[in-house]
Amino acid sequence: MNPFSSGTRLRDMIRAIRACKTAAEERGVVRKECAAIRAAINENDNDYRHRNLAKLMFIHMLGYPTHFGQMECLKLIASSEFPEKRIGYLGLMLLLDERQEVLMLVTNSLKQDLNHSNQYIVGLALCALGNICSAEMARDLAPEVERLLQFRDPNTRKKAALCAIRIIRKVPDLAENFINPAAALLKEKHHGVLITGVQLCTDLCKASADALEYFREKCTEGLVKTLKDVANSPYAPEYDIAGITDPFLHIRLLKLLRVLGQGDADASDLMNDILAQVATKTESNKNAGNAILYECVETIMSIEDNGGLRVLAINILGRFLSNRDNNIRYVALNMLMKAITVDAQAVQRHRATILECVKDSDASIRKRALELVYLLINESNVKPLTKELIDYLEVSDQEFKGDLTAKICSLIAKFSPEKIWYIDQMLKVLSEAGNFVKDEVWHALIVVISNASDLHGYTVRALYRALQTSVEQESLVRVAVWCIGEYGDMLVKNVGMLDIEDPITVTESDAVDIIELAIKRHTSDLTTKAMSLIALLKLSSRFPSCSERIQDIIIQNRGNLVLELQQRSIEFNSIIQKHQNIRSALVERMPVLDEATFIGRRAGSMPATVSTSSGASLNLPNGVAKPSAAPLVDLLDLSLDDAPAPSSSGGDFLQDLLGVDLSPASNQSGTNQASKTGTDVLLDLLSIETPPVQSSSSPPDVLSSIQHNKSPVASLEELALPSSLSGQATTPVAAAPMMDLLDGFVSNPPKPENNGSVYPSVVAFESGALRITFDFSKPPGNPQTTSIQATFTNLSPSVYSDFIFQAAVPKFLQLHLDPASSNTLPATGNGSITQNLRVTNSQHGKKSLVMRIRIAYKINDKDVLEEGQISNFPRGL
Amino acid sequence: MLQSMGAHFVKVIRELTGIILSRGPKLCNFVEWRGLKVVYKRYAGLYFSMCIDQDDNELETLDIIHHYVEMLDRYFLNVCELDLIYNFHKAYYILDELLLAGELQESSRRTIARLVAAQDSLVETAREQASLLGDLVKQAM
Repeated sequence: MNPFSSGTRLRDMIRAIRACKTAAEERGVVRKECAAIRAAINENDNDYRHRNLAKLMFIHMLGYPTHFGQMECLKLIASSEFPEKRIGYLGLMLLLDERQEVLMLVTNSLKQDLNHSNQYIVGLALCALGNICSAEMARDLAPEVERLLQFRDPNTRKKAALCAIRIIRKVPDLAENFINPAAALLKEKHHGVLITGVQLCTDLCKASADALEYFREKCTEGLVKTLKDVANSPYAPEYDIAGITDPFLHIRLLKLLRVLGQGDADASDLMNDILAQVATKTESNKNAGNAILYECVETIMSIEDNGGLRVLAINILGRFLSNRDNNIRYVALNMLMKAITVDAQAVQRHRATILECVKDSDASIRKRALELVYLLINESNVKPLTKELIDYLEVSDQEFKGDLTAKICSLIAKFSPEKIWYIDQMLKVLSEAGNFVKDEVWHALIVVISNASDLHGYTVRALYRALQTSVEQESLVRVAVWCIGEYGDMLVKNVGMLDIEDPITVTESDAVDIIELAIKRHTSDLTTKAMSLIALLKLSSRFPSCSERIQDIIIQNRGNLVLELQQRSIEFNSIIQKHQNIRSALVERMPVLDEATFIGRRAGSMPATVSTSSGASLNLPNGVAKPSAAPLVDLLDLSLDDAPAPSSSGGDFLQDLLGVDLSPASNQSGTNQASKTGTDVLLDLLSIETPPVQSSSSPPDVLSSIQHNKSPVASLEELALPSSLSGQATTPVAAAPMMDLLDGFVSNPPKPENNGSVYPSVVAFESGALRITFDFSKPPGNPQTTSIQATFTNLSPSVYSDFIFQAAVPKFLQLHLDPASSNTLPATGNGSITQNLRVTNSQHGKKSLVMRIRIAYKINDKDVLEEGQISNFPRGL
Repeated sequence: MLQSMGAHFVKVIRELTGIILSRGPKLCNFVEWRGLKVVYKRYAGLYFSMCIDQDDNELETLDIIHHYVEMLDRYFLNVCELDLIYNFHKAYYILDELLLAGELQESSRRTIARLVAAQDSLVETAREQASLLGDLVKQAM
């Protein structure tokens, strides 16, 4: 090479690049070199192509783009000289990968080179093919490789074997062709060919069931003998590593035997002796020996059972586990995970050691150990193991805490023997690592708490105590705030004290203090603050003496920049100030949340935000009057497709309305299932006069959403006291949220549209004492809206006073009630009350109007209640 | 066994380098990464890492790395970092005799050495012939 020719030598370029002190300098040098190389490429320079490609490869390794040099590889490969081919193929493997289309152009050169007389050139081609070929190339060149498996030179045979592995991985269908040639390789003596041949057979077995059959039948014995031979072979310096002859061959043979013996008793029998020999005779003071033992144990665990062998294997496992070398312990943990499926007892014996590994200083070992511990937990050891893990949680470092917390929570949920234990452990986890706990987990905790009614007092007290020390754990604060809001009265009155509890005195003021703290902490986020606000509202009802103070706290968020908090603050304040009569009903104790549904939903990857706590309301877009009904529906365990079950007429209606499977008894208070409280829900919502001490039967989110959104409250009032509100203009949309709670009307077949035609009046309701007539009209231009004038006529000889009409409609309708003309209904039809309603049907044309009504009035100061369903609306409304 | 990294090879290198370099000296030589395992071993100032599948034998991989380093040592006669930098292509030639398609190709260091030497001498012969030809051409001119 002429030293004065253009361009630098490879080593000069490398030297220049290494001498650069800054990244910019390096970029400069590289740019210059690339420019020179590009120029040389353009001139089709032959002499320095070799050198230029080497330079390009170095530049590529540094991370710079070098695609412009890809064609140079092809030119070099096409050369007839060995040096060019050698660097050309190397360039090909470094600069290209199978995704490049340029690669296809090499196929022809490869084919020629695979047929070359020079075995080293054949070797180069096999190497390139085996490292980066695409599926197409694999298909094209498979016959050549097959032929080469029987080439005269063993080095070529071994390369062909490995090349065949790639071909099979790319095109598994071709596996059949290689079975016979591969089997032949197993009989060879050359170690390189043996190793690669065994590897090829292993891959063939994985790719083709036929291959597996074939090798199992024909080759198992031979392989066992080969392993025996190499295990017993005398010292061979060429293959010796740490006193063992060719450990690589040992390991590959063990792997193949594993594949052949798995699931087949006969094959497993054949290998028992040699496995025992390897397990007992292999020296384990050096890495090579341990590697062989590792592979041997894996094989023993995978093949069909032989008691003696398994014992041997477990012993080796035990030794590894207590080895000081971290690598060995890591590998032991791996082995144990396999061993669990085979002999769980044996692994349980090592539980203590494994637990120690969870606390190891090595992150890799900790991870393995934790996974293993998780697999080891069963009902009998869950308590002590969980205790250990939680203890460790306190000292573990931050990166590990997340994993550890997730595993612990998962364990607690899966194996919890009793609710109190569950709650205790979860509280500990929350206090220690609440910030790592995922949303679903603390939601689940709340579900469990709500189901453990005898533990409500205990739980709220425990949470109160926990808050004293761990207020920086956000999830803990949220759960505590929820519980204190719900069960604050139990907290203060020490209801349901268990023997194990220490006495604690919490005043109402203390309880409010702590919630105030939650709101005011600068680290509290939106969810926590929002939950705190509603907890305060609950407390204002449960602790009337603190009501004023609570109001003061709530009002402070009136101007909060976050709309959610602002809205809550104003609405709750309004409830406290002006609507004490409904407040207690609104914030009554929540009904028990149905665990089964919740778990089912969790399994179906529910978004974390649909929670069973008031946090759910946060998802409702700010300011939009219509909250999503889906969470509510889910919570009430409503299924839209439930077929109506035969039951009393009242139950029927409500069931249709709510899609809930009701029994007649559910109309009375007392049941705690969310699904059964459908009726009560509705009635309680509608009957404002009913005393609040009914069953804990108000659905949580119904109330939350009502509280959340002023409009539903307004419409509630409207329904209840239409006469007392004059000029309270709420839009028809406002009524929607209320109605959204009600769901699942049996859908009627679509009706033809009727535009503006006159509809006959109907007698909507008639009992012995009362008749209600509806007159319909449609405002022009709006086919979905219907104006109804309701006329109430008294059919009895007594006067009705305090006459109140309420109505509820399903989700797809919107209802607006105007104030009635009067509250007093003269007797015997000597007068009537009229009231205007406006209904908007979003499913106009598809579904008919339907309405549930309730009328309350007094006869001589005695309350009377009448209810009914109106389903005889004219079609087309 | 070995993965082909394609275009994001630099990113991968950077990521792994960070992970491996941050591990203390007494810790085990295995790291879990993106669902795969990376086995690394330190020789003086260099870390040799290999990325393997879940079902590969980690301890054996350590031996394979050692196998390679011993080959380099034999070839370069007490190999040092600079040898590998200035002769990276030769390091690759040796690697290509050790591994193919991600699997081990030859367990005998002697055989590998012989094969590489044979190919090196082919290159030498070709160069000598080329320069001989060049001389002849010059003489003729």
